[in-house]
Formats: sequence, structure tokens, C-alpha cells
Amino acid sequence: MDTQVTDKLTKLIETQGWVLADGATGTNLFNAGLQAGEPPEFWNEEHPDRITALYQGAVDAGSDLFLTNSFGGNASRLKLHNAEKRAHELSKIAAEIGREVADKSSRDIIVAGSMGPTGEIMGAAGTLSHDDAVEMFHEQAEGLIAGGADVLWLETISAPEEYAAAADAIARTGHPWAGTMSFDTAGRTMMGTTSAGMVKMVDDLDYAPMAFGANCGVGASDLLRTVLGFVEGGASKPIISKGNAGIPKYVDGHIHYDGTPELMAEYAVMARNSGAKIIGGCCGTMPDHLRAMRKALEETPVGKAPTLDEIAAALGGFSSESDGTDGAGPKRRERRRGRG
Amino acid sequence: MSDEEEIILSELSDEELTLQMHDDLYDGMKEEIEEAVNILLERGWQPYDVLTKALVEGMRIVGIDFRDGILFVPEVLLAAGAMKGGMAILKPLLAETGAPRLGSMVIGTVKGDIHDIGKNLVTMMMEGAGFEVKDLGINNPVENYLEALETGEFDILGMSALLTTTMPYMKVVIDTMVEKGMRDDFTVLVGGAPLNEEFGKAIGADAYCRDAAVAVETAKEFMAKKHNQMAAG
Repeated sequence: MDTQVTDKLTKLIETQGWVLADGATGTNLFNAGLQAGEPPEFWNEEHPDRITALYQGAVDAGSDLFLTNSFGGNASRLKLHNAEKRAHELSKIAAEIGREVADKSSRDIIVAGSMGPTGEIMGAAGTLSHDDAVEMFHEQAEGLIAGGADVLWLETISAPEEYAAAADAIARTGHPWAGTMSFDTAGRTMMGTTSAGMVKMVDDLDYAPMAFGANCGVGASDLLRTVLGFVEGGASKPIISKGNAGIPKYVDGHIHYDGTPELMAEYAVMARNSGAKIIGGCCGTMPDHLRAMRKALEETPVGKAPTLDEIAAALGGFSSESDGTDGAGPKRRERRRGRG
Repeated sequence: MSDEEEIILSELSDEELTLQMHDDLYDGMKEEIEEAVNILLERGWQPYDVLTKALVEGMRIVGIDFRDGILFVPEVLLAAGAMKGGMAILKPLLAETGAPRLGSMVIGTVKGDIHDIGKNLVTMMMEGAGFEVKDLGINNPVENYLEALETGEFDILGMSALLTTTMPYMKVVIDTMVEKGMRDDFTVLVGGAPLNEEFGKAIGADAYCRDAAVAVETAKEFMAKKHNQMAAG
């Protein structure tokens, strides 16, 4: 394993107490002219200048770590654009551009090779087998490593089976990695995993990530409830918190995320107080938000973890009453009789 | 559960068996559902009654618990799979007996958007509720929707989008329907993670559906309204 890099991220957490990750990839690329339906990964080859600008925007705004433009760079997603054979190549270019931006910076910048979901369903009712998923993730991981990614970064995962497949794939490379899930359904992932459930799942992996956490989902409030759930669930590794900049609203034919830089600054401070070590944004989070987050994290002393009421008062209400960890949520109905 | 006595489906009364089927759908037990469907048919049940009283009612319960955050996608997929097993037996019989149609829907993810898990769930839940569904797949330009609607086979148009950049395309489809004077002939339902009710209203849809279970309930409401209007007219 590339322990030097592990040390770099761990050292940063130790000296600074926290790490500022980046914001949105999609929102920024759409602003740069990406058309809906066009795969962002093609831009690594067609418009490397725009991808450089995307990464540079995060670095200049104060991010210590940024994700490469390779979220949909696995064979399953690229197949939708008849590019299933290009997973390694497009992922490699995404990391190469990132390496260049990071190496030019005067600060230590960590290039995180983004790996998004396959989009297929795994598990009992699914169509994608563990072995096929491992193949796909492994192919992408090798590409990202060849391009110079310091760490592999699995994100927006819903199914524990898919997270486990990625872990097995990355184990083959021996590279350090981090992995987040998206908690967007009544405080759980779409597949029903709770925050506490994720802690247990991560602890049980043979090849564990160096950090784990949550990204995307509903709004900043829900994300912090999830972070509190990780801590409550006994998290032993650094927690990642990458929340959306508010909630998308439709105004005059365009979509706006309603989270202001001020709100995201408050979210960042509250995320750190809640126990997160690696803090960033997701959809809707632009360089202006990151700047405000950096400033707030540097200027605000670490305080005690907020209560759910304090989170709701500062950032808005939650999407559901319970997140499934407190036993207060609705229960499965009584079955008539067990079956043998 | 193994210490409990095994249930022999064929020994249950009609009422007990129907309740057991609701349970078995909830637990996604396909073989048991297929067996029970055959038992009810052998007992002389009308295929339409097996469909509505046993399967659709069971899936309605699954839908409620999905909506309320008790069941999640994996459980719903298993339930839908079990339902499909039962439907495969009933489908030819329903056609033969001229059973009433509950309604039909054409559904697709809009142009520029390649996400399909949510749409697929809606399709399965709608089929589970007894609707006929035609799935247009992903990345559909307005022409695809119009072509399907113009066949006259459908009551409902469903559109899905998972990106904030693609959801405005739903308005393009609805505006085109208005231009062609066909908007009022259909119920338009929209859904997808970044949408909300406000957005649904703003673009002129009949309803925004938060999830697949809500989509089914909403579709049923609109079909009931339509039938009432036809009866009154």
C-alpha cells in the first residue's frame, strides 16, 4: 500500500484537525457548458482545459482534496454511451489532469479518484453479480491509479453489496481508499442501510477504507444527522461529510440550489462539531461555497456536537422524523405466521 | 421461524389463503404466490378476483410500507418479482375472460437523462397494481412520448428525471401536448429525486409523485375520477 499517501491525509487530519474536500462536479460542469445526457467523462479527453478549471476552482477556493471527473467512468455507465471499453482510459486521463493541478499547487493537495455506482442492482433481487461488479470497479481503479490518484474515492453508493464489491476490487490494487454512501430515503440509503448499519458494514470489510461517510442525499441537515449516527454507531475511522448545498428549486425555467455560501459555512462548522474529519460539499456546491467553508473552519473554534434541534434550526428541517437508528421509526408489520 | 408449524397453503380457507398471500408478497415469496394463485383458480375464483383481492391488495400493503420508509428497494423488488410470478399465470386468463382494465401508462426517463432505477420501480409497482405499462426506457425526446400517446392505448403519461438539468425537459413535453390539443386527454404524472410538488405544478403536470407507491395511489385516483366523469357524461 502507498503508505506515504495514507500518511499525507492522516497527517493533514492530525495537524489541521480536518480536511476540506471539494464541492460539486456536475453542477460546475453544467455551468461550463456540459449538455444534459452528455457523459462528463468524455470531457477529460475533449476539453481537458475545462476539467483543469474544475479542479483548479476547488484548489483555489481552499480545498485540500478534490475528486476526479470519473464518477460515471465504469463500464456499466459508459455502456450507455457505447464507451464501455474506455473505463480505464477515461479514468486515467481524469486522474492525470488532477495530478497536474495538484503538483503545481504550493499546498499539499490530495487527488481522490472518484468511483460512482454502476447503476445496476445487486443482491437477491438484482441483475449484477459480485464478480462482475468487482471486475468493473477494478478496471476503473487501475485506470485512476495509473493516472496518479493518491486515493480511490467510492461515492454515492446505495447498496452494501456494491460497497463490498468495490472494496474487493480495490483490495486487488492495494491502494488506499475512502467510500461514502448516499442517505436519501427516510434517513437511510435507497436500499435501506442506516448510518449505524454502514459503520458495522465498513468494520466488517476485509480491505477497509481509510475513511468513510456520506455524500449527496437530501439536504445539509439530513447529512449531519447521518454523521451523528456514524458517531453514535461507534465509528472508528475518520468520517467524511459531503452534503448538497441545500435543495434544488425551480425558478424561471432554471434550477437553483437554495444553499448560500453562508449556510454551507455553517454546515461545515456543524459537520466538524458533529465528528466529521473530511468535510466538503456535493451537488450545488461551488467555489464560493468552498471559500466560505474554508474561512469558517479556520476561524471558528471546535465546539460540541449539535443536537438535532440545533441542526434543524440552523440548516432547515429533516426529510423524515426518524433515520432508522433510534427505534422510533415505523416498524415492519406483524406477520401472521412464520414460514418454515 | 423454523420451530413454527409449516403452513400448507391448500389447507387454508379462501380468506386465510388471501391473507397468507398478502404476507407472502410482503416477504417476496414467488413460488408460494404462484402456488396460491393456482389453488384459488382451481377453487373456481375468477382471474380478476385473484388479481385484485389477493395480488393487488397485497402489493398495496407493500406500497404503503415502502412509502412510510419501512420497506426499501430490495424488499419491494422481491415483492414485485413474486407478483410477476402470479401475474404470468393470470395474464392469459384475464385476456380470455375479458376482465376490466385498471388503466394503462406509458413511462420514460426524459431526454438527456440516463437514470432508470426510479422509473423501473414505478413500472414494477404499477404493474403490481394491475396497470398495463409500456416502458420507453431512458433518454426520450418528446417525439417518443407523442408517438406512444397517439396510439390511443394509454391513459397516463409518466415522466422521470434524476438530474436538475434534465427535469425542465418535462415542460417541453407537456407544452407540446398542449400545442397539439392533446394535453387534456391524458393524466401526466412526474417524478424523480430532485423534483417536488411546486415543480410539478409549475410545469403543468397533473401531479408530482414522491415515490413509486405514491405514483400508484395517484394513478388510481385519477383513473377513478376518469371513470366517474365518463359515467356522469
